[in-house]
Amino acid sequence: MESLSLLADGLATAVTPENLMWAAIGVLLGTFVGVLPGIGPAMAVALLLPVTFGLEPTQAFIMFAGIYYGGMYGGSTTSILLNTPGESASVMTALEGNKMAKKGRAAQALATAAIGSFIAGTIGTMLVVFFAPALAGVAVKIGAPSYLAIMLMAMVLVTSVLGSSRLRGFIALFIGLTIGLVGLDMNTGQPRLSFDQPLLADRLDIVVVAVGIFALGEALWVAAHLRRRPLSVIPVGRPWMGRDDWGRSWKPWLRGTALGFPFGAVPAGGAETPTFLSYVLEKRLAKKGHEFGSGAIEGVAGPEAANNASAAGTFVPLLALGLPVTATATIMLAALQGYGIQPGPQLMTEHPDLVWTLLASLLIGNTLLLVLNLPLAPLWAKLLRIPRPYLYAGILFFASLGAYTANQQPFDLFLLLVFGLLGLAMRRFGLPVLPLILGVILGPLMETKMREALAISGGDPAGLVDEPLAVVVYAVIVLLVVVPLVLARVRPRLTPTEAAADAPAPADQSDKESVR
Amino acid sequence: MTTETVLIAYTPDDFGHAALEHGIVEARRRSARIVAVNATRGDALVDERFADDGEVTALERDLAASGIDHEVHRVMAPDVADAVLEAAEKAGATVIVVGLRRRSPVGKLVLGSVAQRVLLGADVPVLAVKPA
Repeated sequence: MESLSLLADGLATAVTPENLMWAAIGVLLGTFVGVLPGIGPAMAVALLLPVTFGLEPTQAFIMFAGIYYGGMYGGSTTSILLNTPGESASVMTALEGNKMAKKGRAAQALATAAIGSFIAGTIGTMLVVFFAPALAGVAVKIGAPSYLAIMLMAMVLVTSVLGSSRLRGFIALFIGLTIGLVGLDMNTGQPRLSFDQPLLADRLDIVVVAVGIFALGEALWVAAHLRRRPLSVIPVGRPWMGRDDWGRSWKPWLRGTALGFPFGAVPAGGAETPTFLSYVLEKRLAKKGHEFGSGAIEGVAGPEAANNASAAGTFVPLLALGLPVTATATIMLAALQGYGIQPGPQLMTEHPDLVWTLLASLLIGNTLLLVLNLPLAPLWAKLLRIPRPYLYAGILFFASLGAYTANQQPFDLFLLLVFGLLGLAMRRFGLPVLPLILGVILGPLMETKMREALAISGGDPAGLVDEPLAVVVYAVIVLLVVVPLVLARVRPRLTPTEAAADAPAPADQSDKESVR
Repeated sequence: MTTETVLIAYTPDDFGHAALEHGIVEARRRSARIVAVNATRGDALVDERFADDGEVTALERDLAASGIDHEVHRVMAPDVADAVLEAAEKAGATVIVVGLRRRSPVGKLVLGSVAQRVLLGADVPVLAVKPA
């Protein structure tokens, strides 16, 4: 129960008026970016990175936590009212949610999404409170070779499990790893991939890379597709639920939470799979099964809860291992590094104040979301009328400002443009952004661990596999890569729907199948 | 065989309905055909002045009920006023019907007005109407 008293300390820190203000700003900003498709919490956090370097790390992370949860919530609003999922995790919400809204039950759909998110987020955060310290306690004893293996596994999982195409995922990952190499080698001081440019040898600033890929890339992509037929938004009043809706919602909320959290907590993160599984599960369990496909409240409640529980779950690997599994968490990790804090298992013991205040502020942010968003839903829907030129002019302004102020180096603006074009090209060719940003940020960390492991063994590559845990993890990686290939050959005609409906069985298996 | 054309700048709201109502009356008086134009800049996710499929069906039904020869155009263009004027020219409109919004002088300064720019830019008479 030590965790609880630490959490109480964290709460005490988090409820100061100033910190509450940062939480409120974060939540509002997060919902804002979540509601607008194309702009997500990852972009928001990246744009805010330069701004937050002037803040205390605790305050910055309180705000980031708010943005993270707010983004989730905002995405569900858009899915329900517009049938345009702002992010992949909201796709399942859109299925039933939009049909509910069309039947005039938008208020109930929004309410079950909001309350379900709150419940799942709260339970999820409490689970993080118990799991993360335990995991970190184990993880500090892990040696460099095993740590390297685990990082590698996270990369392979994120790259091959999420997204539509494995090949595209790995292309993005390797581009990211290459970008991560640019600059001075930390160990030997040799410049790499710097093309004799002293400014490149200085290593790329993560703000410039992230803002270029997320903000500039998206802005260029939108500029290339500026005029699109407007969609019709379903008008909605203040969300509310009747007794019947509560009765039908609470079980899916809890089941969604139970499904979502483990998927977030293993370093294969991402909310796509659990939301999908939750949808399928609710569809099977629903007594009013016939209502599925025409707006069943269970189909909104379950996936939305799974979505938020998995978002909470991603804090387990982030805080306990220093392994981010979502784009937003990756940028948050970069922010940690920006403060000179080394992410990893020692984070919990070296910066307990930061960790526990962050966890406490997740709870507070979640509550604020519920309080703010239920009454504000009609207002959020109005945001969708903002003409894109105004919106992206603002984003470009902050992007350039952020990229420049990071080092006050005009060359960074040129780099920003280069990464913006890269971001545009990635969107054009359907390359996922997450593996790239993971490669940029985790690549150097991974290299450090590898160098460490090799230094211990005196440069003998066998040193990379001399820990049992490392060997096990490498075996898992091989399985992860090989099994789907074999399955694809053996059962070529299995569609994702059938695969997941067949077996909610072992998590890792259904995981891979549902993505194929 | 009619030669005259009444062009209605349609929006799926009170102003558009007023324009439609007066446009139909005007078309009867002149025994003209009707071209209804609904334009959007298409640069926002949601534009409530752009008729969705259901609203266009309703518009078609209203026009068909009037028994007047009619066309409905949905246009996406960088500028809504220009789109209306261009459609008027193309259709050889003899009169343009627009719905006027009540807006304070300050509001007009900030937001501009499609109706105002149609009034200023049109080569043919413009019938500006207000919802009852």
